[in-house]
Amino acid sequence: MQKPNNNGNSSTLTPKDYATDQEVRWCPGCGDYSILKQVQTVMPQLGVPKENTVFVSGIGCAARYPYYMNTYGMHSIHGRATAIASGLKASNPELDVWVITGDGDSLAIGGNHLIHLLRRNIDVNVLLFNNEIYGLTKGQYSPTSPQGKVSKSTPLGSVDHPFNPLALALGAEATFVSRAIDRNPKHLRDTIVAAHKHKGTSLIEIYQNCNVFNDLAFDLYSNKDSKEENAIYLEAGKPLLFGKDQNKGIKLDGFKPVIVSLEESGNSTDDLWVHDPEDKIKASILTNFFDYDFNKGDLPRPFGVFYEKQRDTYEDLMKTQIDNAVSSAPIELDELLSGSNHWEI
Amino acid sequence: MNTQKPETKDEVVILFAGDSGDGIQLTGGQFTETVEIFGNDISTFPNFPAEIRAPAGTLSGVSGFQLKFGSIEVFTAGDQYDVLVVMNAAALKVNLQNLKKGGIIIANTSGFDSKNLRNAKYIDGENPLTNQSLDGYELHSIDITKLTREALKDSGLSVKEIDRSKNMFVLGFIYWMFNQSVDNTVKNITEKFKNKPDLAKSNISVLKAGYNFGDTSETFSSRFKVKPAKLPKGKYRNISGNQAISLGLVAAANKSNLELFYGSYPITPASDILHELSRYKNLGVKTFQAEDEIAAIAATIGASFGGSLAATASSGPGIALKGEALGLSVILEIPLVIVNVQRGGPSTGLPTKTEQADLWQALYGRNGEAPIPVLAAATPKDCFDMAYEACRIAVEHMTPVFLLSDGYIANGAEPWAFPKSSDLKPIEPITNVEGMTTEEGQLLPYKRNKDLVRPWIVPGQKGFEHRIGGLEKEADTGNVSYDPLNHQNMTKTREEKVLKIAEDIPEQQIESGPDSGEIVVVGWGSTYGAIETAVRELNEEGKPVSHIHLKYIFPFPKNLEQLLNGFDKVIIPEMNRGQLSRYMKQELEINIIPHSKMMGLPYHVEEIKQLIENELSHAKA
Ligand code: SF4
Repeated sequence: MQKPNNNGNSSTLTPKDYATDQEVRWCPGCGDYSILKQVQTVMPQLGVPKENTVFVSGIGCAARYPYYMNTYGMHSIHGRATAIASGLKASNPELDVWVITGDGDSLAIGGNHLIHLLRRNIDVNVLLFNNEIYGLTKGQYSPTSPQGKVSKSTPLGSVDHPFNPLALALGAEATFVSRAIDRNPKHLRDTIVAAHKHKGTSLIEIYQNCNVFNDLAFDLYSNKDSKEENAIYLEAGKPLLFGKDQNKGIKLDGFKPVIVSLEESGNSTDDLWVHDPEDKIKASILTNFFDYDFNKGDLPRPFGVFYEKQRDTYEDLMKTQIDNAVSSAPIELDELLSGSNHWEI
Repeated sequence: MNTQKPETKDEVVILFAGDSGDGIQLTGGQFTETVEIFGNDISTFPNFPAEIRAPAGTLSGVSGFQLKFGSIEVFTAGDQYDVLVVMNAAALKVNLQNLKKGGIIIANTSGFDSKNLRNAKYIDGENPLTNQSLDGYELHSIDITKLTREALKDSGLSVKEIDRSKNMFVLGFIYWMFNQSVDNTVKNITEKFKNKPDLAKSNISVLKAGYNFGDTSETFSSRFKVKPAKLPKGKYRNISGNQAISLGLVAAANKSNLELFYGSYPITPASDILHELSRYKNLGVKTFQAEDEIAAIAATIGASFGGSLAATASSGPGIALKGEALGLSVILEIPLVIVNVQRGGPSTGLPTKTEQADLWQALYGRNGEAPIPVLAAATPKDCFDMAYEACRIAVEHMTPVFLLSDGYIANGAEPWAFPKSSDLKPIEPITNVEGMTTEEGQLLPYKRNKDLVRPWIVPGQKGFEHRIGGLEKEADTGNVSYDPLNHQNMTKTREEKVLKIAEDIPEQQIESGPDSGEIVVVGWGSTYGAIETAVRELNEEGKPVSHIHLKYIFPFPKNLEQLLNGFDKVIIPEMNRGQLSRYMKQELEINIIPHSKMMGLPYHVEEIKQLIENELSHAKA
């Protein structure tokens, strides 16, 4: 069987080469369009031959995605894209494997496979489209919908406590944990490039607006009137700054993040928390900004790479083990068939 | 010196039984190897307790190793024992009912102290070894523990270590009893303890002490000789069903030039396939222990898409969880082998017991019209051939394939005249189909060859980028399609593709008996041994009955209906409620006499004989 090689290059390709002839069927105005466009835009820069790229999805609105990418792809079954991608990458490590999933697909029905993919650290890029709702089934609350959410299946408001996807990922020993939003295309593109560069499982939680069933769920972080006060963009080695003209910062008081105004005297950027994506404890505090969010707006929602750490990938360890076994105890099929104990009649 | 002349026997059934800690499986394994090398045919069946570490001496903790060896061909591990070796009271209590009338009991008397008797629930400490209740049998009470301790009194080993080798005393004694040499076991012990020469030495002296005990103990009268069997010439090894499945998968990967990817979640009685395959890293085998049954099959689907020979195995409850993914592999049309080592059901059922009640699950257990070919292995060694066949069909017909085994043949073992790799049928992946690229250069990933098989296009090939998925697809292009007529056609095409496999499998043979006549017994799976033995014995008695054993259940071999029409009566005994019977009735126009056994145990030869005799006498009446 022919196996891919990485000799080709994609430098002559353009975003258009990644589009298919299939009509894109998301609702007009859906955040998915932006995400598709950003991925198609960065693809030619990644240095991977198109034929080595595979998109795998599960079920949900987002899962239609592979049909729109002119690469190899599989639109699979609900929740299992992460598991299918695990087998694909482990069996064929030369491939560049992407998973497209949603909050229902990877945090409800496929939650188990997501956490196991993360802990194994298989080199797969997971784009988790989080719209805090079930779109394809027309509007039930999801595992990321806030408590109290009124939806088709929760007319009196949901009593479920939601998942915090990035805290979950850190708990599952993920090695690349990040967040982006559909309405900030440049930042989304940068995050995709960074995720791709990371060797190991990369998770990007992408806030995606479902304008039909959960419109404006992330408006606070994308609306030009509110985003500066409510979103904070993390950059490695830089202090945590946000607000109009970056006039606010975040400082750590012990383990508690507090907002300081840089306009008040006595406060300087030197006292602020400087982002270090290799610090897991601080990454954990960042993912838990939710918990300090008693009155919306208390702490800004972080975007960017929360955490990144190098760790051996599953497929590399598997390959090393096999290579060592093959070289230290080579064996032919006939030897295996006869076993160590045979006799003649 | 005991000068008794040995009595010659055609075949003998022995059961070694004791606590899990008594080394029963090892003893049975050593005896098996020795008589195999001597040239006997043999069939073995280990019986493990359901609990991992049941309390010592209790009824639920009894472990057994049953074997039948003979100078004639042996197809089952036997209905009833000629010799019952028991290390304690519980082992006797559990197994006595299957000892032949007048059979031999060898009992370790120190396993019958008051504590053991209480654990085995003998009333008021009644000791069966001394209360005459075993009068109908030939009882030999031997204080094996004491004799072992004596043999090793100067060894410097602790009592605990010494007691652990008492199984070697039993083994040595049984070797003497059956006129077998201790040499092979001595060789194995030396090898096993090559870094612990003290232990090697002590085990060997206990083994020899056991042998010599037979030689010198005047009281002992029974000694037997079982001549070598007339097996076809060739090289042999011993193999269990689960081992054979593993080797079949590895061999198929090798012959198709594919990497083997095996995704699995541990489950009794299929886990041994995972254990076995994980040892073949030096052949490039990739094993993936998934987080659950669904991930196990999902990962194999990914690996198959990625160009590996992909397989997964489980047992009934696990297969149930894989159902949705199986449907995906059907609609994707990718090669995949799914092994079901069946056990007693439903639900958790009887995990360590055997049953054949997942045939319908394999045939029908999916949503939508999702035909999957179903194969079934008949014996431990047959598991190799059928695993190989399952891979061949999967790869050459681009389809998932079910292989059914069960707990009885998975753990049972027999001698196997293993093949040379050069003798195995080649396996050719379908990577190219005429017309799969149009003149305009459009790729048609669902274009089919004459067998309706589509090409396997592995990612990495430039210009062949395409998407596949679980939604219904348009013929040829594979694009998503909701067109009514297209769905009708694709459904029929997928079915026809599977039916056409009938052209690519061997015709149905008759195992034993005439080609046509009054009665044929049709079986599938692990009932092979019992049916074959019963039919051969009846044929020898001048009663002409035949045996047909199905290895290809869906689709059936082309000539099956015609063959069956040559018989007046078709009897189908199954370890389920008639699943093959009813399936066959619906597929073929024949009358069937079904028989069902649901006891978690294989059929006895006598049961099958009785079934046949009943029908024979009806015919006469
Ligand atoms: S339902 Fe919502 S998420 Fe789905 S396509 Fe429409 S807008 Fe997008």
